[in-house]
Amino acid sequence: MLESLQTFMTDYGWNVLALIGFSLLLLVVLLVIIAFLLLMDRKVWAAVQMRRGPNVVGPFGLLQSFADLLKFVLKEPIIPSGSDKAVFLLAPLATAMCALASWAVIPVNENGWGKWVISDMNVGILYLLAISSLGVYGIIMGGWASNSKYPFMGALRSAAQMVSYEVSIGFVIICVILCVGSLNVTDIVNAQKAGIGTRLGLMNSFLDWHWLPLFPMFVVFFISALAETNRPPFDLVEAESELVAGFMVEYSSTPYLLYMLGEYVAITTMCAMTTILFLGGWLPPVDIWPLNAIPGVFWFLIKVVSVFFMFAMVKAMVPRYRYDQLMRLGWKVFLPLSLVMVVITAAVLQFGGFLS
Amino acid sequence: MASALFFYVFAVLAVAAGATVILTRNPVHAVLFLILAFFNAAGLFVLLDAEFLAMLLVIVYVGAVAVLFLFVVMMLDVDFAELKAGFIKNAGVGALVGGIVLAEILALVGYRGLTAASSLNVAAPVPAAGSGITNTQALGEILYTKYVYFFQGAGLILLVAMIGAIVLTLKHRTAVKRQSIGAQVARGPKTGMEVLKVPSGGSIVPPAAKHPEAAE
Repeated sequence: MLESLQTFMTDYGWNVLALIGFSLLLLVVLLVIIAFLLLMDRKVWAAVQMRRGPNVVGPFGLLQSFADLLKFVLKEPIIPSGSDKAVFLLAPLATAMCALASWAVIPVNENGWGKWVISDMNVGILYLLAISSLGVYGIIMGGWASNSKYPFMGALRSAAQMVSYEVSIGFVIICVILCVGSLNVTDIVNAQKAGIGTRLGLMNSFLDWHWLPLFPMFVVFFISALAETNRPPFDLVEAESELVAGFMVEYSSTPYLLYMLGEYVAITTMCAMTTILFLGGWLPPVDIWPLNAIPGVFWFLIKVVSVFFMFAMVKAMVPRYRYDQLMRLGWKVFLPLSLVMVVITAAVLQFGGFLS
Repeated sequence: MASALFFYVFAVLAVAAGATVILTRNPVHAVLFLILAFFNAAGLFVLLDAEFLAMLLVIVYVGAVAVLFLFVVMMLDVDFAELKAGFIKNAGVGALVGGIVLAEILALVGYRGLTAASSLNVAAPVPAAGSGITNTQALGEILYTKYVYFFQGAGLILLVAMIGAIVLTLKHRTAVKRQSIGAQVARGPKTGMEVLKVPSGGSIVPPAAKHPEAAE
């Protein structure tokens, strides 16, 4: 055993240690950022409604999320006696774990040191699609294991909703990877170094990013991302006027915290995916001196936070959909639209002379 | 060495999860263990360098098919006593079918004589090492270029099955009031409102309702 461990260390040793170190670094930074994104969500919501929002804990309420964390962790978890205890506790874990796992393939920068990504796999974008489609399990399992009416209704709604909108997300991703020619996430960002702007003879700028040639898909992706993460106006899963709190009714303390964490990590993942697919990832908006001297990771962060701001504004401004309208939008509007766009994109690429 | 370790982890977990699917009493637990088995199969694909197939397995089976399984199974009210009685009654047929499948697998393995040399002849999901193409591209070249007509044929068969299912189940009920989004959006002050002159001392008869829904 010791000998095999020794060969393992010589074969993989430092790589494995470095991988663990970088993963921990990414997770810690991600979780701290999400703590402040959560605060930002509440502050934006409050500002739209002309309230102050959380402003007591720390300066300007900056430490509110950490106070909430302590409160959730220190409270007593209540497990309903009629519940399926193993599945009941597994469900929030599955949600949080699936959400965090998707960050393994999200690149935040590329510079002289190499790619800033945990796993630069060939099929990164498929991995993201696969993991985001697993988010539904936490909700279904939690809703069923609670052994209660409202959670079960919420779980059934979420299963139908997330499966529906995954279809259009898949077609949007197909459009993008048709333009890129690779399933690698880093390649998708690097492909946006050339585009409409450079064809017009300009330097690399925001005109090259995919949002411009694929603008309808950008909108479809943004709206589908809202539905996929159960954000308002599509939060039918936890619509408080109909289902109390949906699948989370029976949850308390740390399991509830894990659900909330998983939800916000999934939202941040969707913001990062929007950034990577359509907004040029870590590329600066215009490739000139003062802008391209700033490290790419800051541009990435700024773009993710901007997309998150859009999510927060939508939550504050748009009224909730009715369930049949939600299904109509997914199947009768987005599915045909994205299917037609796949055909159009492929035709333009094939007959427009874009394929070398 | 590490890949051997992961192989045993995935293989043991896949077999154990597969066994638990048929041994567990709760059908929802059975589906959850089925999902675990799918995951381990995907892990085995990754070890074979067939990461595209692994991701497709997760997307299609775990992300879509198993969700529908779970959806259906959760809504069933299963009576376990009845289920067990059925088990004894159907055990003979089940054993027969299982035995035939087992014999077929054994015959296949015996015929192929799965040796290191013969396994090279079996179509692998992985392109030859050093060819410089990813397995996504290799699959594309086989499926969408070499066998494109078979692929289209399979697609047509699935389309026919889908249309058949829709034709069998689609019932357009006429008594239901439906929302027509287009009519709602198109409805403006001109169509939604009518200004009438009321003669002094007289009265007006309200015109018939002009809602687009009422026309159906």
